[in-house]
Amino acid sequence: MDWSQGGYGFYVWGAYLFALLAIGGEVIALTMRKKQILGQRKSAEEISKGRNNETTS
Amino acid sequence: MNLYKYASPVNFYPLAGKIIPWFAIPAAILFAVGLYVGFFVAPTDAQQGDVYRIMFIHVPAAWMGMFLYVLMAIYAGVGWAFNARLSSMMATSISITGASFTFLSLVTGAFWGKPTWGTWWVWDARMTSTLILLFLYVGFISLQASIDDPRRADRAGAVLALVGVINVPIIYYSVQWWNTLHQGATIRILNKPTIAPKMLAAMLIMLAACWLYSIAVVLVRLRYIILEREQNAARFAEVTA
Amino acid sequence: MLRWIVWRDLILAWRRRADVLSTLFFFVIVVSLFPLGIGPETQLLRSIAPGVVWVAALLASMLSLGRLFANDYQDGTLEQLLLTPQPLYFIVLGKVLAQWLVAEIPLVLIAPLLGVQFDLSKETLLVLFVSLLLGTPVLSLIGSIGAALTVGLRGSGVLISLLVLPLYIPVLIFGAGAVDASIMGLNPQPNLSLLGAVTVLSLIFAPWATSAALRISLE
Repeated sequence: MDWSQGGYGFYVWGAYLFALLAIGGEVIALTMRKKQILGQRKSAEEISKGRNNETTS
Repeated sequence: MNLYKYASPVNFYPLAGKIIPWFAIPAAILFAVGLYVGFFVAPTDAQQGDVYRIMFIHVPAAWMGMFLYVLMAIYAGVGWAFNARLSSMMATSISITGASFTFLSLVTGAFWGKPTWGTWWVWDARMTSTLILLFLYVGFISLQASIDDPRRADRAGAVLALVGVINVPIIYYSVQWWNTLHQGATIRILNKPTIAPKMLAAMLIMLAACWLYSIAVVLVRLRYIILEREQNAARFAEVTA
Repeated sequence: MLRWIVWRDLILAWRRRADVLSTLFFFVIVVSLFPLGIGPETQLLRSIAPGVVWVAALLASMLSLGRLFANDYQDGTLEQLLLTPQPLYFIVLGKVLAQWLVAEIPLVLIAPLLGVQFDLSKETLLVLFVSLLLGTPVLSLIGSIGAALTVGLRGSGVLISLLVLPLYIPVLIFGAGAVDASIMGLNPQPNLSLLGAVTVLSLIFAPWATSAALRISLE
């Protein structure tokens, strides 16, 4: 394979770099969303556990 | 076997979880194979040199952008017509992936345009229509983002998506019209040379990879949407442990 | 029922004349901004005139759309209108007609005057007038869909633009295209016919979509 792509290397690799950013970015955004949801569930659990110890409402 | 139970988001959640690896892993493999064929097997083009290799990501991205919009409109419409929450959630999940692919197709198109036409952006019919498609996605996403009530957001999105999908042929035709008018008497280079089999193979493999990737990513996002919206559903805790 | 709705909205608009006039002035100012931004060269201005006037009309329409359902929503009238036995389609059609008469017709009437600023010929000014007359109903009709979807939402003004401007593009292309054809000495008929077709289609389908959107927004 011609790494310089016949002189057009900047354009070819530039385009594929953006593709990597778009696809990778989507996957990363999803993992961040998962972390956020898990974090929310943990704190919700802790709050409800804390409530179980209440003796007055 | 009763399949209708999977219409419930809570029941679909574990099923989606089992399905996802069957799409994610083949997607990764096909991306690798497609890129290999595209860069190591497909020959250099006689007219365009090596720049044409951008097509292997540009064309699949453009097609995904378009197909996903129609799919999104169908899911949204079904969700509205049958009052099916899961279907509407699918539409919401698809919208982001579709917008991402559409944006990618514009960027890769620009990277292809600069060396071939001389400018980063050309107002030709295809690029302009793709830009408008991106606007339609952005409209759908912002509308759903600004409505707090999830069911109102689902249904409003459905109306917008259906209006959009009906308008897409009209918009496409009007942009074609606009483009030919302003071309004047210049000869248009009809871009239809016969494509070499190895190039076509790479393109189709990449397209398949994009489809599999889309299905995987949409299902993952769908699961997160279910987690966010179905807190009060029966069996939610046991299914999402 | 239709006449009643139109008449009611006209009276209400008359009581808030300032809103209507400010939209008109927005249109005038925006059109006048372009020569200031681009330069006074007549040839150039003549060539950009169709696009400038049409885009300004689109933007001015956007401003007036927020008012279509907002006031009725706030005082509860909209809910009552949804409960009447008359088909919502005609109620919507009535409100859109009133909005067109109040917000769009002034634009149509003043546009030829603005066209003079761009040194357009008499024939072209006529085409400009006709194209706007044919096209502005579509702006109101499709705009009503966006207004109905965003009733009661925060930041609905900008959101309506985001939703509706992409859908306006065919109208813009055919409308400005007709005027452009006239400037170049070509026949504006094809563009005007296509514009008319879009208007007829919108007239039939848009009120139905708007009604559906209203029911969704208000339940």
